Amino acid sequence: MSFFQSFRLALQSIFSSKVRALLTMLGIIIGVAAVIVIVGLGNGMQNFMTDSFESMGTNLITVTVVGRGTARSVSDDDMYELAQENPALLSAVSPTVSSGAQLKIGTETPSTSVTGVGEDYADIRQYEVGQGRFLRYVDVLRRQKVCVIGSYVSNEYFDGGGVGETIKIGGYTYTVIGVLKEKADSGEYGDDNVALIPYTNAVKLSNSGQISSYYFSAASEDVITQAKAAIEERLEKAFGSDTAYSVISMSELLDIMDDMLNVMITILAAIAAISLVVGGIGIMNIMLVSVSERTREIGIRKSLGARQRDIMQQFVIEAATTSGIGGVIGIGFGYLLSSLATKLIVALLQQDMAVTPTAGSIAMAFGISVAIGILFGYLPAKKAARLNPIDALRYE
Amino acid sequence: MAPLIEFRNVYKIYRMGDTEVHAVDGISMTIERGEFVAIVGQSGSGKSTCMNIIGCLDVPTAGQYLLAGQDVGRLDDDDLAAIRNRMLGFIFQQYNLLPKMSVLENVEASLVYAGVPRAERDARAKKTLARVGLADKLKNKPAQLSGGQQQRVSIARALAGNPSVILADEPTGALDSRTGREVLALLQDLHREGNTIVLITHDNSIARKAERIIRLEDGRIIYDGPADAERAVVQAEGGQDG
Repeated sequence: MSFFQSFRLALQSIFSSKVRALLTMLGIIIGVAAVIVIVGLGNGMQNFMTDSFESMGTNLITVTVVGRGTARSVSDDDMYELAQENPALLSAVSPTVSSGAQLKIGTETPSTSVTGVGEDYADIRQYEVGQGRFLRYVDVLRRQKVCVIGSYVSNEYFDGGGVGETIKIGGYTYTVIGVLKEKADSGEYGDDNVALIPYTNAVKLSNSGQISSYYFSAASEDVITQAKAAIEERLEKAFGSDTAYSVISMSELLDIMDDMLNVMITILAAIAAISLVVGGIGIMNIMLVSVSERTREIGIRKSLGARQRDIMQQFVIEAATTSGIGGVIGIGFGYLLSSLATKLIVALLQQDMAVTPTAGSIAMAFGISVAIGILFGYLPAKKAARLNPIDALRYE
Repeated sequence: MAPLIEFRNVYKIYRMGDTEVHAVDGISMTIERGEFVAIVGQSGSGKSTCMNIIGCLDVPTAGQYLLAGQDVGRLDDDDLAAIRNRMLGFIFQQYNLLPKMSVLENVEASLVYAGVPRAERDARAKKTLARVGLADKLKNKPAQLSGGQQQRVSIARALAGNPSVILADEPTGALDSRTGREVLALLQDLHREGNTIVLITHDNSIARKAERIIRLEDGRIIYDGPADAERAVVQAEGGQDG
């Protein structure tokens, strides 16, 4: 009997008892849908993370100087010098100082963080100036009381404008000289709720009175590792130890996060795949019942000249078709759940994250479900194939 | 040319606990091409076991069964299946049609296993269905037909593979007497067309429609000869008449 014939028989048998077939498939449907949603969720998280890291700049290298109690230290000049000496590796540098100072606009005190930065900060963090201008070297050098605000601050307090207005930072009056373009979503919790002032001013406002971190921009993605090494070398020389500072590149961080996510997704998908196995056992169960119900049919087929492998093929293909159809339904179901989950995430978390099933996970889920059908169909099929035709014909 | 069916001292012995049951107890016989033979006997006489052996559903415990000169006892399951497919056509008491398949598909089933291409399958199945007078029922399911019609479908199915032997096991057992007679008449027609038919029955009046009767009792042949002489011989030997 040809494969096609067996397939037709399988469809005939499945469609003649639809409810039973659907119940049989249920385990596979749930398993496949679960695998697809989980892999889709992981994929969505990865995309989301990559996007947010890219908006920070994947070429970004952050240097944090931890307190160390020795007289040894590095100054902002050292860091600028480092960048100038290695133009092939480092394209820009900016000290960053969290001032901790309170921002006051009129009588209001927004939650905005006031950060002291250098004139290259906008380039490093990929901010664009919407109105006015960014900080300049001269502002930093002369400690001008000027500031650049993010789009959230501009929208909330200056109706989208703000250049020329004055605000108070730590009791000093600052003039707004620029408004940044929207970078994230102009929300309160993100890169758009900022006020940037010359770092030379911020240092004075901060408690420690020291610059504790620097942002470097690597010249290109290809030299991130070398750039990082160059920075580390310089700091090591300055401090004489490697515990007083940490150097982290965003791309490294992204890789680490990616690896962690992948491990997590694999474990979750494996757990979901357990339900595929349970589904397979369900198929085996029903196929065994089906074989004893159809003992007479098997006897008739054998009397007509069906060989063991004809019967075997018929039942294995029926099991594989059942679980294959279950797999297809599961894929559809998984897609539905994914788009629902996407809507839910957007509605509840206000994050622009899409649950995106991957083609690979779909192909894998379908392949596994068919394979499970063959695997768990084998035993019942073997039982059917080995039936004695005389007993089978006499079976009531 | 070797006889179509030849039993050489065939035994079929079942073991039930400590006792041995000789279902077939040393039978030798030959059936030639073109014969219409009835194997008749009470239940427990061994006629069903005989049919199973002739039909290659079972193999002898001892002795030889040669089908067209080939010793069937040495063959494995799949070889037996191939012989059933090529050389044998079964007609059962309970029709044994596949309920989910149409009449046409039922008749085609053995041709599917023989690997006959679809177009030829269709043509042959339609031809045999026309032969038994069911050309208008191709698409029906067996349950939509009367008992007599279902039995005719099963005859068509037996014929479709062009078998060397048609084995009919109590073909009228489930039918009323009128449709039973029609089915028997059809078998007689098929015999006249040159088919070899082996009929298994417990009913003497049905057995007498055949040309030759082989009467079994306790696994042994007690009569083997022309149907019209059987009654006298059996009565003379003190056997009972059904």
